Amino acid sequence: MKMTSLQHVNPTVRGMRDSPQTMLQNLAERIRKDISLGAQKPFKKVIDVSSGDPHRADLQHVSFLRQVLAVCVYPQLLEDKCYPLDVKIRAQKLLEACDGASVGSYTASSGLRHVRQSIAEFIQRRDGVPSYAQNIFISAGSQRAIMIAVKLLASGEGNTRTGVLIPAPCPHMLYNVLEEAGVVLVPYQLTEEKGWAVDLDKLHQALKAAQGNCEPRAIYISNPGNPTGHVQDRKSIEEVIQFAAAERLLLLADEVYQDSVYGKDREFISYKKVLFEMDRELAETVQLISFHSISSTCIGECGLRAGYMEVVNMDPEVIYYFDNTLCGDISTPVTGQLALDLMVNPPQPGDPSYDTYIQETFFTLATLSHNAQLVQELINKLPGVKCQPTLGGIYVFPRLHLPCGIKEQAKLLGLKADVLYCQKLLEEEGVLAGAGEHGEMTDSFHLRLCILVPHDTLVEVLARLASFHCRLMDGTVTPTEV
Amino acid sequence: MWNMKQLEYGALARRANQIKDELRQGVRRPYKEVIDVFQGDLHRAGMKPLTFVRQILAACVYPPLINSNNLPLDVRQRAQEELGRCVGGSVGSYSAVAGIPEIVHSISEFIKRRDGGIPSHPENIYISPGSQWSISNILNVLVNREASPRTGVLIPVPCHHKTVLSITQLGAVTVPYYLSEEQGWALQVEELQRALESAKGVCNPVALYVINPGNPAGYVQSQKSVQEVIRFAWEKRLFLLADELYQDCVYGENCEFVSYKRTLSEMGPPFSGTVELASFHSVSKGFLGECGLRAGYVELVNLDPAVMKHIHTLFSKDSCAPVLGQIALDLMTDPPKPGDPSYPLYKQEIEHIRAVLVHNVKRVHEVINSLPGFSCPPIEGGLFVFPRLNLTPKAIQKAKELGLQPDTFYCTRLLEEGGVFTGPGWEYGQKEGTYHIRFCIAAPQDVMEELLRCLSSFHMTFMKDFS
Repeated sequence: MKMTSLQHVNPTVRGMRDSPQTMLQNLAERIRKDISLGAQKPFKKVIDVSSGDPHRADLQHVSFLRQVLAVCVYPQLLEDKCYPLDVKIRAQKLLEACDGASVGSYTASSGLRHVRQSIAEFIQRRDGVPSYAQNIFISAGSQRAIMIAVKLLASGEGNTRTGVLIPAPCPHMLYNVLEEAGVVLVPYQLTEEKGWAVDLDKLHQALKAAQGNCEPRAIYISNPGNPTGHVQDRKSIEEVIQFAAAERLLLLADEVYQDSVYGKDREFISYKKVLFEMDRELAETVQLISFHSISSTCIGECGLRAGYMEVVNMDPEVIYYFDNTLCGDISTPVTGQLALDLMVNPPQPGDPSYDTYIQETFFTLATLSHNAQLVQELINKLPGVKCQPTLGGIYVFPRLHLPCGIKEQAKLLGLKADVLYCQKLLEEEGVLAGAGEHGEMTDSFHLRLCILVPHDTLVEVLARLASFHCRLMDGTVTPTEV
Repeated sequence: MWNMKQLEYGALARRANQIKDELRQGVRRPYKEVIDVFQGDLHRAGMKPLTFVRQILAACVYPPLINSNNLPLDVRQRAQEELGRCVGGSVGSYSAVAGIPEIVHSISEFIKRRDGGIPSHPENIYISPGSQWSISNILNVLVNREASPRTGVLIPVPCHHKTVLSITQLGAVTVPYYLSEEQGWALQVEELQRALESAKGVCNPVALYVINPGNPAGYVQSQKSVQEVIRFAWEKRLFLLADELYQDCVYGENCEFVSYKRTLSEMGPPFSGTVELASFHSVSKGFLGECGLRAGYVELVNLDPAVMKHIHTLFSKDSCAPVLGQIALDLMTDPPKPGDPSYPLYKQEIEHIRAVLVHNVKRVHEVINSLPGFSCPPIEGGLFVFPRLNLTPKAIQKAKELGLQPDTFYCTRLLEEGGVFTGPGWEYGQKEGTYHIRFCIAAPQDVMEELLRCLSSFHMTFMKDFS
């Protein structure tokens, strides 16, 4: 007889449910395993476009970054003639910044000072606004940083519990992160018909709905939008800043996809830059935390696990606690920290690695832009599918108007219809897409597709999707067994 | 929410960093650099990483190296294999949540070989970014923050503080059991019994955390001792958390690392089928010393399948462990074999590290015991020494005046005047009225000699000043 049975398990853990995304991932794993054991399926392999993982999709890494990291991992390579000089110089500099000149040493929990400094310089160059290393904290991915920032904020119980405004739709991992931090989620609806723009009225509505349930203390926003593909213009950013200032909310600006804007006449402007270009009082009082990571568009090094947050206008005493909280969290691998440095401080014109670097990043962005265009062309042709034009980010988020059949089936199985749609799409066509998350109104269904994949892969995905979708709409899709 | 203990631990580290900065800027001090032996960080102290590990990792990071004639054939082949297991053939992709399946399998094979053929099942193994994270996750399953009385976890005294922090952060209570300093920090079952008794009416103990080989106390449990602990856990229905990070660091003559898993299995029924055990290991210690890569694993034994499902959900909430770290785990559990081109160098490096550690352990024991007011038992295993300080009342008084713990006072002075950064005993727990310091013994021999020289010189002055 086992000692620890289910009833002894921590109720909080017992209450955790696998998210629909995890459930679909698990299913995809099983299918992959079956295929590897020789099972016959209508497809040769599963294509996963549910989340941003460019390397998985066979998009190239940035050579300069990988070369420098390789030399840092195995410094004997410094004697190898085939590495460009700038790679060697950078590797040497980075190794000097590591204790014991090794990527195997522990670092301070907020990250290597050298890298924090590089990040500060990058932000200053990007925004023309001063940035200081001591306000920059490195973490094992942007999600951990968000979790820590929110955890530091969280307090209260019952209806005085801290609330955080989050967009609907929002990044699918955000729920886990905020759940862990122990806050109440206060969704504000983005306006789909306007390309998922932020609407001030909806922000106010959300606050009102929160009254009596919790105490909202922060607002999270992602720009470029994940998964919406919306890119805010200056006016929109100013509105959000003013709202945050008026309602005394901490601004959490997730800017991980800042290097992925492809929409015409649109560019990425950071929340920090806009804030500092507004009136003085706002610039000195609005509390802002901006997030970025190496899982970004052109770098895509999700497996290396590193990101950072920049904290603005925060009480120095509170900043002190950021470092301490980071002590207790997952440490950022040194190789990831070095990759951060390489991301914010890439080869410059004149450097031996510059041309290749530019070619590679240009190719990634061009692929992204080309893919976005293809999606617009093809996906809107499918009956019952409407996809807003996207300006940036790495996802598209089309709306599905589904037939009653699948909606009823979903109800019977206790699933949302878009989750069931994704399940069937996976089982029949081997395409793993993301379902629109449960933060939205229950009668609207969406699909989340990552378009940061090689062009051919997207063509294949769209073909399989179209085939499946048309069968579904024709009523010829096999019902899922209960 | 603010954990005061965390803040105190940081003060000495911050000062050490400040001094390091000052030295870099050319400020004159009685020493040229700080000898940092505060953490178990081999590379920081100057030990070298294993060549084959770094060669393979480099080739995984930059695949064109697979075609380089400068790397041995087995390195190139292995790198190719590892990349083949990564999604998209890149270390930049996310992996499955429990870890890259082939690596998880490889770990299970390692455990089986290590434990004399006792089966290990991949489904019971989870890779995580460092062992502390998996310890925290398992604790999370066992601890109910809202419970009254509060959940308790038995921990050794002394104990490294990260686990203590995890326990308190989860809302549980630590139930200390004192290791016997006179017996070389041995774990005595009577003491476990006493600790459990003391918890009556205070908390509800559900788990027993053991560290073998110890940290900071350098003992290695005998098989008999491991059996006793298992029997105790079975009798009292406690979940066993076995931190076995230092299993490769055993130096004592007649000492041998025996895993909790193996012992449990060999004890047979009723123990082997009921005692719930979580064993932890990582790439941070041992010969690899790759703390910066962040990867470890936990193997779970005898857990209720329904509970395993929840553990899986919990681990699914995190992102995967860094891929490079996972590969390092694979290299640790499946190193070069005789006949492989990399084997001679690998063997040489491992033997060198071992020789340095064995030498250091002897020297440290010699020097410390030769100093007045300083003593330590022979160090049988692990990477630390935890010598005892017999501080004079005058020194203790001075510490009180400064608002410091007596051993913190000693360590602060040792840092400022001797340039050696060590950890004060109170951070790890010790019997009331006793004082200790902890430092890592994994450093090149010349660094260790310098350390001992500085320590001796400082110690003599300190003892004289406060006599």
